[in-house]
Amino acid sequence: MTPDLIYGAAGLAVFGIGLWGAIALQDRMRRLLGLKLCSVGAGFVLIVGAWREPPAAPDPVPHALVITGIVVMLSATAAALALIRRLHDLEAADDRA
Amino acid sequence: MTESATLLILILLTSLGAAPVIFALPERAARLRTAINLTMAAIKVALVGWLALEVGQGARHGLSFAILPGLEFRLQADPLAILFIALSAVLWLITTIYSVGYLERGPHRARFFGFFSLCVGATVGVALAGNLFTFLVFYELLTLATYPLVIHRGTAEALRAGRIYLIYTLAGGLVLLLGTLGLWVLAGTTDFVAGGIMADVAAAQPLAAQALFVVLILALGVKAALVPLHRWLPIAMVAPAPVSALLHAVAVVKAGAFGIIRVVFEVFGIETVRELGLTMPLAALAAVTILYGSVRAMTQDDIKKRLAYSTVSQVSYITLGVALAGPVAAVGALAHLIHQGLMKITMFMAAGNLAEALGVKRVSQMDGAGRALPGTMLAFTLAALAMIGLPPLAGFVSKWYLAQGGLAVGQDWVIPLLLGSSLLNALYFLPMLHRAWFRDAPEAEAPRPRIGWMLAAPPLVTAALVLAAGLMANAPFSPLEWTRFIVELEYRE
Amino acid sequence: MTGPDWLTLSIMLPLFGAVAAFILPRAAAGLGLATVAATTLCVLMMADRVAAFGAVTVPLGGWGAPLGIELRADGLSVAMLALTGMVGLLVSVSAIDAFAGDRTARQRHYFWPLWLLLLSGLNGVYLGTDLFNLYVMIEIIALAAVGLTVLGGTREALRAGLDYVYASILGALLFLLGVGLIYLQLGRLDFAGVIAAPPSAAMTAALAVMFVGLALKTALFPLHVWLPAAHANAAAPASALLSGLVVKGALYIVLRLAGYMPALTEDILTLIGLMGAGAVIWGGIQALRADRLKLLVAWSTVAQIGLIFVALARAGERGLSDSWKAAALLILAHGIAKAAMFLAAGRIKDEVGHDRIRDLDRSPIRPTLAQVTFALAAINLIGLPPSLGFIGKWQLMEGAMMAGYWHWVAITMIGTLFSVAYFSRVLAGFLRFDRVRGGPLAEHHGWSGADAAPLILAGAAVLLGLAAGPIIAFIDLGAGGAMP
Repeated sequence: MTPDLIYGAAGLAVFGIGLWGAIALQDRMRRLLGLKLCSVGAGFVLIVGAWREPPAAPDPVPHALVITGIVVMLSATAAALALIRRLHDLEAADDRA
Repeated sequence: MTESATLLILILLTSLGAAPVIFALPERAARLRTAINLTMAAIKVALVGWLALEVGQGARHGLSFAILPGLEFRLQADPLAILFIALSAVLWLITTIYSVGYLERGPHRARFFGFFSLCVGATVGVALAGNLFTFLVFYELLTLATYPLVIHRGTAEALRAGRIYLIYTLAGGLVLLLGTLGLWVLAGTTDFVAGGIMADVAAAQPLAAQALFVVLILALGVKAALVPLHRWLPIAMVAPAPVSALLHAVAVVKAGAFGIIRVVFEVFGIETVRELGLTMPLAALAAVTILYGSVRAMTQDDIKKRLAYSTVSQVSYITLGVALAGPVAAVGALAHLIHQGLMKITMFMAAGNLAEALGVKRVSQMDGAGRALPGTMLAFTLAALAMIGLPPLAGFVSKWYLAQGGLAVGQDWVIPLLLGSSLLNALYFLPMLHRAWFRDAPEAEAPRPRIGWMLAAPPLVTAALVLAAGLMANAPFSPLEWTRFIVELEYRE
Repeated sequence: MTGPDWLTLSIMLPLFGAVAAFILPRAAAGLGLATVAATTLCVLMMADRVAAFGAVTVPLGGWGAPLGIELRADGLSVAMLALTGMVGLLVSVSAIDAFAGDRTARQRHYFWPLWLLLLSGLNGVYLGTDLFNLYVMIEIIALAAVGLTVLGGTREALRAGLDYVYASILGALLFLLGVGLIYLQLGRLDFAGVIAAPPSAAMTAALAVMFVGLALKTALFPLHVWLPAAHANAAAPASALLSGLVVKGALYIVLRLAGYMPALTEDILTLIGLMGAGAVIWGGIQALRADRLKLLVAWSTVAQIGLIFVALARAGERGLSDSWKAAALLILAHGIAKAAMFLAAGRIKDEVGHDRIRDLDRSPIRPTLAQVTFALAAINLIGLPPSLGFIGKWQLMEGAMMAGYWHWVAITMIGTLFSVAYFSRVLAGFLRFDRVRGGPLAEHHGWSGADAAPLILAGAAVLLGLAAGPIIAFIDLGAGGAMP
């Protein structure tokens, strides 16, 4: 069992859990969190690609990719949160009416 | 060989180019619209006449460019094309005059005349198409342009008829697409060539060739109203009279029949069709349609429906003549393409006048119509007698050649078929004439109806043409002479 | 490469334009239109170079593949860029009119930055040459597209938008996972490297994950569930962009990869074709049942996307080197016609006051030009000659026939019949007058800016069929397996 396999498998597992959450759950926030998990899982897999047998230095490219990915995902999350909140407000207004 | 495209483009533009202008004109600009319509129609007749002269002298007019590698959009003015555009150009001019009179003050005239122009443009394209692909393009355009005309009145009944029309013709168009693709895949070209392009394929893959023929005839048979694909035609009768006239005489039904002519003579080649054993089934189908249409026509009380079933019957003469696979029968078939157009357009315009002036829409209401509208009924009578096949009228000429053609190829059964069909024609047309001329109108006689010259003159003109086409059948540039010219070309190959 | 770098410009111009339009909302419309026009000009210049040289490559910041970012324009990319430019320009023109009033000030404020951002992302996809860049670009597209979806701010739009966000993020993440898996095996992500990779089970798995992600983004049946509501509830110009352009981004990536993938076996292609067939039929059925005009148009997008995948599968593995061209033609045809149709549907809804199909013929108001536009677009989408859609369909069926795959011919014909049926539901109503209630008939014959743009689009889509030969020759430029 090499570290890359462990991390790779863990990444896929995390992605899978997130995927299940995003598809199967009803609650808007939980579904979003599921997607966040997916992104972590995908990040894991990329990081594994950077791993090199020591003493070789790890490949820097995947790190750069993952950081970019995190930024992209952050903005996507922000957009989704804004939508959820706006919908929540509208629906709360409906309930009061 | 250089080809000149200018004339063809001009002829197409007189109708396809006029359509957008007419659409864009405001509804109330009736005078300007009529002026444009008539000018364009007149220019077209002149241009087609010029083209016919040039083609008669052997000049080549054509235009082509590649749409896909190897697949061309191609227009060409061969004698067969001239036959069909001459018919459409002349009858368009006459029908335009009639329509202006008919639709006076009616709603949506801009739309009507716009689509009317598109429809004629599409017919010209069908005539000039130099390969099956181009034919398909215009054939579909024809469907689209006629649909709004069929449902012009915008009533529930019109829409229902329109839906049936659209289902039949678009399904037919889809099958034609399949057939065209099949031809392209099998033969590697879709060009119309005298003698056909399928001989090699038929020798190598007879089954595929037979299947392709069946697919193409089925597709074209929808518009040509071959039984059992004819059902849309009587239903489409809700359209205004000039539209029915155009549909039956020039545009839709004729496009189907014309397509069958092209497919049999210039895609497969009559020899190949015979070798594939398909001439007799086609002739049988035509014969059944001829009889079926006549029998159904007898029981129709609605005048336009009776005329519609009569069209079902009469147009199949063309298919019959083609399928008999002999030069004499082919002359009859092609001549009938013109003659039937002249006769049927006369009858539809007359029927329109009856409905407009007298409110007569049924055969049982026709009593005394002859006295009320003598000119119109004279035209109607002439056309009806021609349909029956009375010499020396146009219908007689084509039937004569069909009968001779049948005998020439040893198909003697054509004689009883034609006699039977003429008898049936007489049975459903003569009572109409009898009522119109020899019975008195119902008691409450309305004041003598008046119709404008734009309604009165056109049927008389076409009736005169019916007479002329029969009397002067051997004159140069008569339909019959031109037809002989075409058949010589087709059978020379 | 000498002269200005049109490739980089066509991505950066709209990006800066987006920022400027956001900062200066008052000038947004003018800025937006100018930016789109300038970007389209860049594309035209690029087209000129591609026509001359076959393909143009630009290494960004001086780093070449496999490390740096490289942009590459060939026939297919330029065709997609030109589609985006042409549709974008005309949608922009009609957006100026659509968002003119005070009531839509807020929408106007956000529309231009979002649309320019979208343009930047789309151009980035069409010029990108490595997978990670594509990931970033499709995320940018997704964010902008979601913004456009919810622009109207109605509850339905927000709900549809949220579903769209989930689908879109998930699609992008699946794509990212696939990217990760590929990097794991190859250590590089540029197209050239991926294409040169020997086929293996692991590569197939990675590509399959990516394909599922892209299918989700392009709404391929059965992953289409988010699309109809999203496209139907957006404002008309936004719908036009979403249906005409946005779904094409992911579709392009599929096409780009499919054209060169050794891993695409007969079975996989059949599966893709079957998904497409499912879309054609299910989309057709739903369009027949739709009660609102825009919903019908949206379901027709589902069906048409399906047809594009059928085109890709039409002749199996051996025909793939040509099938992508049929698919590309259908993409172009759909992009133009669907944008026109959504704009026309929006115009009809604005003029009549609702878009319930059953009641359209009751209205005395008949926006004639919008109706004509709708009809022309329908001719294209049904695939009647001589439209571009017809030529695409012709190519599809031709390839399928040659390969003896009659089932794809049958599916295409069934799809055609469906489209005739559902579009004639709408078209027949345009010409029906006996149910009119509430006043004398008012037929509009005049020209207005709002009608002109969609009419030009729809007319172009019909006439472009006659120019199909040169178009196909162009998209083939620089293809032929000559990826660097």
